Amino acid sequence: MTVPTMPGVVPFSDAVARFDPVIGLETHVELGTRTKMFCGCPNRFGGEPNSLVCPVCLGLPGSLPVINRSAIEYTIRIGLALNCSIASWCRFARKNYFYPDMPKNYQISQYDEPLCTGGWLDVTVHDTPDGQPRSVRVEIERVHLEEDTGKSLHMGGSTGRIHGADYSLVDYNRAGIPLVEVVTKPVTGTGELAPAAARAYVAELRDLLRTLGVSDVRMEEGSLRCDVNTSIAPRGAAQWGTRSETKNVNSLRAVERAVRYEIERQAAVLDAGQRVVQETRHFQESTGTTSAGRSKEEAQDYRYFPEPDLVPLAPPADWVEEIRSRLPELPSARRARLQAEWGLSDKDMSALHNAGALNLVAETVSAGASPADARKWWLGELARAANDSGAELASLPITPADVARVSTLVGSGSLTDRLARQVIEGVLAGEGTPDEVVARRGLAVVSDDAALSTAVDEAIAAQPDVAEKIRGGKVAAAGALVGAVMKATQGQADAARVKELILGRLGQR
Amino acid sequence: MDRELTRLTAAQLSAAMAEGEVSAVEVADAHLARIAAVEDRLHAFLHVAADRARAVARRVDDRRWDVFTTTDMPTTCGSRILDGWQPPYDATVTRRLRQAGVVVLGKSNMDEFAMGSSTENSAFGPSRNPWDLRRVPGGSSGGSAAAVAGFEAPLGIGTDTGGSIRQPAAVCGLVGVKPTYGGSSRYGLVAFASSLDMPGPPARTVLDAALLHEAISGHDPCDSTSVDAPVPPVVAAARQADVSGLRIGVVPELSGEGYQPGVLARFSEAVELLESLGAKVVEVPCPHFGYALPAYYLIAPSECSSNLARFDGMRYGLRVGDDGTRSAEEVMSLTREAGFGPEVKRRIMLGTYALSSGYYDAYYGQAQQVRTLISRDFEAAFEQVDVLVSPTTPTTAFPIGERADDPMAMYLADLCTIPSNLAGNAALSVPCGLAPEDGLPVGLQIMAPVLADDRVYRVAAAVEAALDSRRGGPLLDSAHGLDTGEA
Repeated sequence: MTVPTMPGVVPFSDAVARFDPVIGLETHVELGTRTKMFCGCPNRFGGEPNSLVCPVCLGLPGSLPVINRSAIEYTIRIGLALNCSIASWCRFARKNYFYPDMPKNYQISQYDEPLCTGGWLDVTVHDTPDGQPRSVRVEIERVHLEEDTGKSLHMGGSTGRIHGADYSLVDYNRAGIPLVEVVTKPVTGTGELAPAAARAYVAELRDLLRTLGVSDVRMEEGSLRCDVNTSIAPRGAAQWGTRSETKNVNSLRAVERAVRYEIERQAAVLDAGQRVVQETRHFQESTGTTSAGRSKEEAQDYRYFPEPDLVPLAPPADWVEEIRSRLPELPSARRARLQAEWGLSDKDMSALHNAGALNLVAETVSAGASPADARKWWLGELARAANDSGAELASLPITPADVARVSTLVGSGSLTDRLARQVIEGVLAGEGTPDEVVARRGLAVVSDDAALSTAVDEAIAAQPDVAEKIRGGKVAAAGALVGAVMKATQGQADAARVKELILGRLGQR
Repeated sequence: MDRELTRLTAAQLSAAMAEGEVSAVEVADAHLARIAAVEDRLHAFLHVAADRARAVARRVDDRRWDVFTTTDMPTTCGSRILDGWQPPYDATVTRRLRQAGVVVLGKSNMDEFAMGSSTENSAFGPSRNPWDLRRVPGGSSGGSAAAVAGFEAPLGIGTDTGGSIRQPAAVCGLVGVKPTYGGSSRYGLVAFASSLDMPGPPARTVLDAALLHEAISGHDPCDSTSVDAPVPPVVAAARQADVSGLRIGVVPELSGEGYQPGVLARFSEAVELLESLGAKVVEVPCPHFGYALPAYYLIAPSECSSNLARFDGMRYGLRVGDDGTRSAEEVMSLTREAGFGPEVKRRIMLGTYALSSGYYDAYYGQAQQVRTLISRDFEAAFEQVDVLVSPTTPTTAFPIGERADDPMAMYLADLCTIPSNLAGNAALSVPCGLAPEDGLPVGLQIMAPVLADDRVYRVAAAVEAALDSRRGGPLLDSAHGLDTGEA
C-alpha cells in the first residue's frame, strides 16, 4: 500500500476561483455567572489549581448536579439576541467519553433538545475587494448549554500535547463552568470572502455577547473558543464537499487564517485527485497552517442519553418575555442608530469599523465632541499615530474624553488645529491630560492685541504690495498676511483676530 | 437484658429512651454485643464503627446531636474499586438520620454497587440469612436486612433500584419500603441507576419502617429530582392499620408459572385476609408488566454504564498499574479490570451496548417506551383501586451459590418489584407467613400511587396486626438460624 503524498496548498485566489467554500462555526462561550453550572463553587479564572472545587464539580460518588438559574437566563438572553426560538421544554443529556480532565467521564450537555434553536446573526464583511461592505446573514442552528471540563497540563515532552509528555496534571477549577455552544448552519455563497466572513461572524458574536453582559469573551483566556468547519466543492457542484473541523482557533485572526488555509489545502487535495478526509485538525498559530488530529471516521461514540439526575427544563413563557424586555440595545441596532445620527454612508461606517474606531468615536461624541470632529481625530491624527507605533487604535494612551476635550478647545478658539495636534502628541507622550499639556507646553492661542500687533506690523511691512491691494479693497488678499503672522507666531496666534487687526490697520473696517 | 434490648422495635426503644428507662449507650452496647456474638456467622456488615457509635450514643444521651461535616467511615459500595476512599461529605439521608439522633452502628454489606439480589456480588463475601445461614439474605441491600433480622440493629437503610430493599426484606421476614421516587434525597447515595434508585428502610415492623421513612424524607435542594411536596403521613397510616372500604387490586401478571407454590399460597391467604378485614378485592390486569424485567435490564445498565464511568483510578479509590510507563488510558483500563466484579462488568457492557449509536433506538429508546406503558398500566389500575398487591418475590430465600452462575435466574428475583421502580410509585413488602415447603418467610408487596406512600403503610399495618395476633407474636420469633443459646 502506498501512502499518498501530501499535496500542499493551492494559492488562495486560484482556489476560490475554482471552488466554492462552505463554512460553519461552533463557538464555545464560558458564561460569566457568579457560580458554576451545577454547584455553588465560584466561577473565576485563575486561582490556585484545584482550589475552586467541591464534591459536585469533582464528580465525587453520590454527588448530584443542580441547575444554575442564571446560566439558563444568560443562555436564553443569547438565544433571544440571536433571534432563536426558546424551547418551552428541553433536557440535558450525558455525553459519555473517558478523559482525565472530565471528573465524571461524562459531560452534562444538551443533545437533541437544545435550549435555543433556529436564529440568525447578520454580519458585515467590511474588507472587500471593491471596498463596498457586504452583509452576510449567518443562520444559527442552535444554542445549547453544557459544563466545561477541567484543564490538563501535559508536563515534559516537547509538544505540550499528551503524546510524549512525561506526566500530566489536571486542574478542575474550570470543571463545571457553564459553557454555551453556538452552532451555525453551513454558510454558503461567500466565495472568496469566506475567511473574512468567518472572522466577521466571530467578531460580531463576541461584541454581541459582551453587550449582553453574559461573558467576558476573552479569547486569550479561553472564555471564547472556536471550532471552524470548512469544506469546498467545485464551483456549481450540486453537493458540498467533505468538511474538516479545525480546533485551537484562539483569535479572530486565527479564524480567518484557518479558513483560508483549509480552502488552500483542500483545493490541493482535490487537485491531486484525492478526497478530503472528515477529521479534526489543529490550527498552528506559528505557521498559520492546520494539522491532522483524530479522524472522525474512527471517532468515539458519545452514547448520549437524557441526564437522569436532572429534571427537564421548562422556562415559562412569561420569564422568557421578561428576559427579552430587558435585552440591551444590540450592536447591530446601535450601529444603525449611530450611522443615522451621524449621517454616514455605509462606506464611512466601514472605514470606522476597519480602523477599529466605531466605539471610540461613539464615546468621544458622548463626551461632547461633534461626530465630524470625533471621526476626524480618530481616523486622522490618531490613526496615523497608531499606525506609526504598530498599535491598535483602542490601545493608544489617550481616552475619548481627552479627544473630546481637545475638540472643545479647538471649537472655543483656545486651540488652533495645529496646536491641537501638538496637544494630542503631548497626551500620547504621557505628558498628562490635554489641559495639562496646554499648560506645560504653553500652547494656548495668542489673541492678545498687544502681543500680536508687532507681528502684524512686521507682516505688513514685509509685503507692501499685498498691503496695497487690501487698501485698494481686495480683502481676500489678507490671507497671505495672516499666514505670515501665523508662521511668525508658530501657529499660536488666533487667526481670526489677526485678520481683524490686519484689516483694521489697512483701513478696511 | 442485652438480648431483650435487641429484641425491641425501634419505636419501643425510642419510647423507652424518652422515658429514661434505657440510655442510648445501653442500646448501642446491646447491639454491639449482639454484633460481636453473631457477625462471624451472619456477615451483615462491611464496617462496624463501635467506638464511634458509643461516642455518638453518649452525645444522644446528653441531648447533643452529632452533626458531622464529613463522614467518619469508608464508603466502598461493596466494591474493590473504592478501596481506601473516605467521602468528604455526608449523604443527605445520613445527615437527616444524625439530626434525628440515630446512632450509626456501621455500614452494611451489599451486592457490589447494588447490583444483585443476594449479596453474593459483594467484593467482601456474601451475608447470610438469619433464618438459614446457608441461604442468601436477598439483595442488594442484603446486609441491612440480615443485620435487622438478626437483631444486630433495630433499623437499616438500603437503596431500592429494582427491589433491593423489598426483596431482601421479604426473604428475611422484614418490612421493606421503596418510597415514591424523589420522596427522599439521593444526594450522597452512590448512584447505580439514577432514575430508579431510592433510599428506604428495612425494619422489623411497619411502624418502625414508617418512623425511619419519615425521618429521611422530604425535599432536598441538593437533589433536583427530589419532590418538593409534603411527606405523606406514613406514621399516622402505620398506626391506623385499617383497610375497611379500601379497594385492593390483585395483579394477575405477577403470579402463576415460575412462582413457588408456597409463596402463592401465602399470597392468596393474605388477599383473603384483607378481604376479611373489610377491603374490596378485585383483579386488575397490568398487561405491560411482563415487559418490565427486560426494560429494566436495558435502562438500569445504561445508566450504570455512565454512572460508574467516574471510577477510573484518576482521582480516588483503587489505582492499578501506575508504574510511570503506562498511559492514563491503560491505567484506567487496568484499574477497572481489577476493581469491578463480574456482574458490574456485565452490566457496564450491557449498558454501553444499549446506548451505542445505531442501537440506542432499538434498546434504550424502546425500553423507555415500555417504561411509559408500565406507568400507564399503574395509572389505569389506580383509577380502579387504591392499592395493588402481589407477592414480593417469586420464591423464598435461595441457597448461597445456587444462582451465582445464572444471571437470568438471579434477575427473576426482582420480577415483581421492578415495575414500581420503573413507574416511580411507592411500594412496600410486609411478611405474610412462611412457605410450607421450606419454612422461610414470604413477602406481600403493596403498591400505591406516586406520593400516596401512606396507603402502603395502612394496608401493611393491618396485615401485620392481623397475622401477629393470629400467630401470637412476631414472625421473626420463629427465625432460628442464629440460635446458639447465647441468651
